[in-house]
Amino acid sequence: MANMISDETIDYVGILAKLDLSGEQKEQAKKDMGRMLDYIDKLNELDTEGVEPMSHVFPVSNVFREDVVTNGDDRANTIQNAPKEKDGMFMVPRTVE
Amino acid sequence: MDILKLTAVELAARIKAKEVTVLEAVEAVLGQIEKKEEELHCYVTVDREGAIKRAGEVQKAIDEGALTGPLAGVPVAVKDNMCTKDMLTTCSSKILNNFIPTFSAEAVIRLEEAGAVILGKTNMDEFAMGSTTETSAYGVTKNPWNIEHVPGGSSGGSAAAVVAEECFFALGSDTGGSIRQPASFCGVVGMKPTYGTVSRYGLIAYGSSLDQIGPLTKDVTDCAAILEVISSHDTKDSTSVERQDTDFTKALVDDVAGMKIGIPRDYFSSGIEPEVKEAVLAAANLLKEKGAIVEEFDLSLVEYAIPAYYTIAAAEASSNLERFDGVKYGYRTKESEGLHDMYKKTRSEGFGEEVKRRIMLGSFVLSSGYYDAYYLKALKVKALIKKAFDEAFEKYDVILGPVAPTTAPKLGSSLSDPIKMYLGDIYTISVNLAGLPGISIPCGMDKAGLPIGLQLIGNSFQEKKLIQTAYAYEQARGAFVKKEGN
Repeated sequence: MANMISDETIDYVGILAKLDLSGEQKEQAKKDMGRMLDYIDKLNELDTEGVEPMSHVFPVSNVFREDVVTNGDDRANTIQNAPKEKDGMFMVPRTVE
Repeated sequence: MDILKLTAVELAARIKAKEVTVLEAVEAVLGQIEKKEEELHCYVTVDREGAIKRAGEVQKAIDEGALTGPLAGVPVAVKDNMCTKDMLTTCSSKILNNFIPTFSAEAVIRLEEAGAVILGKTNMDEFAMGSTTETSAYGVTKNPWNIEHVPGGSSGGSAAAVVAEECFFALGSDTGGSIRQPASFCGVVGMKPTYGTVSRYGLIAYGSSLDQIGPLTKDVTDCAAILEVISSHDTKDSTSVERQDTDFTKALVDDVAGMKIGIPRDYFSSGIEPEVKEAVLAAANLLKEKGAIVEEFDLSLVEYAIPAYYTIAAAEASSNLERFDGVKYGYRTKESEGLHDMYKKTRSEGFGEEVKRRIMLGSFVLSSGYYDAYYLKALKVKALIKKAFDEAFEKYDVILGPVAPTTAPKLGSSLSDPIKMYLGDIYTISVNLAGLPGISIPCGMDKAGLPIGLQLIGNSFQEKKLIQTAYAYEQARGAFVKKEGN
């Protein structure tokens, strides 16, 4: 495997991805990601010098509209699926001591 | 008359002629679900009561002359990644095991306005990440042609439900082949329209620059009729395209004289099963006999589509799936120490292995220091792939090839080697990267009795050429019907 993923890298990816990985899962993730990157490295066979990266297939950029309110107070619906709520607000674990 | 054997358009015509009631159609299909579900498991949720209640309302609107369209009264199944108001929507993930949307996807609303009756939500790969429907958190779906095989994925439940007559048609979504490949494995018609044709509003996002909703149907006529209904310009989806040419049923013309069809030589070079190759080339010959001009050509860059796709799709997925944090909806871990721990535990417990794999890969390719080397590189390769298609469509109206290199693999044989599974998407993925329309239509069977699919690819906004070619092919091919016990 050409791409060796270090412990530091996989820990960093865990932070970015907000995932909690056990020791065993980390080892598997290192292997899987290394193999995928080896495969993705195939793209380096292509010379892309001077090629514009294409994020959208059609020549459109920003889609503008008038800033008009079209919805009303939708709090009840918005909160309906919350795992925890209090007084019409989302409730989360304490973040500030 | 066996109601279940009717196509969607045929059923609506019978209902209109008062030969069948909407309730009879709904009860027939609910009976079939009762009979088949235990074995096949096409659905995550079946809404019996809702469907029966809705049948009465739709019948009334038809009788009053308020509903006259070609889908009025037809029962439909919807992939479980499209929001349905007041109906459980799981994306086949544990992290959405309790999510009841308060609104419906625009495509679903379009169907309801046309008088379709929603039966329930079909099984899929978790968050549409997979090619077999085996990554679902709610069990595997089996291929109705042979229950030891997968139905394909990620819209495997939708494809299986259509061929098992557990619905008259279904909606699926296609990010890298997720409509066309299961359609191929299950012997039904499936179409991914041009990017922007069907609103993505209410479709739970996977790779937003690639995702499109489309129909899975019993034949090409149904496919055109349904696409015509669900296509719309929607200001709620900023990538929605305003089109005037969505009268797709006008293209149901049995004529391919002079149609220029290109067959990419590089689609047949390696990895393709001989039986698939034979069936696809035989289909090309049939079109040639009907007057199409069929030529081989070199498309180029075929083997670069998969690595480019997995980079882009994983990057977009890692960003899109950040919203699942246990705060606003869905699953939340039972015990945690503080907010960040809650996020991490919720996501680690709520997502399956394949989803985590793609989120991690996506986080990595977007991270500083690797962004240029991986993500930007993939977007540049995407530009090259689009250019290769542009050049091909200067010469051809339609590109013809296989949907997948093989027929449906056995259950349990794919997930152990992700890269091998990804390679199965080689013919479908580039179509998403270039935003093009593609249709899958059954063109034969292998010796094991599993269906083979033919793929037709069109230039952007040229669905009509695809529908016309597919329709002409279907007329020449004749019926492709799964017999009981087959």
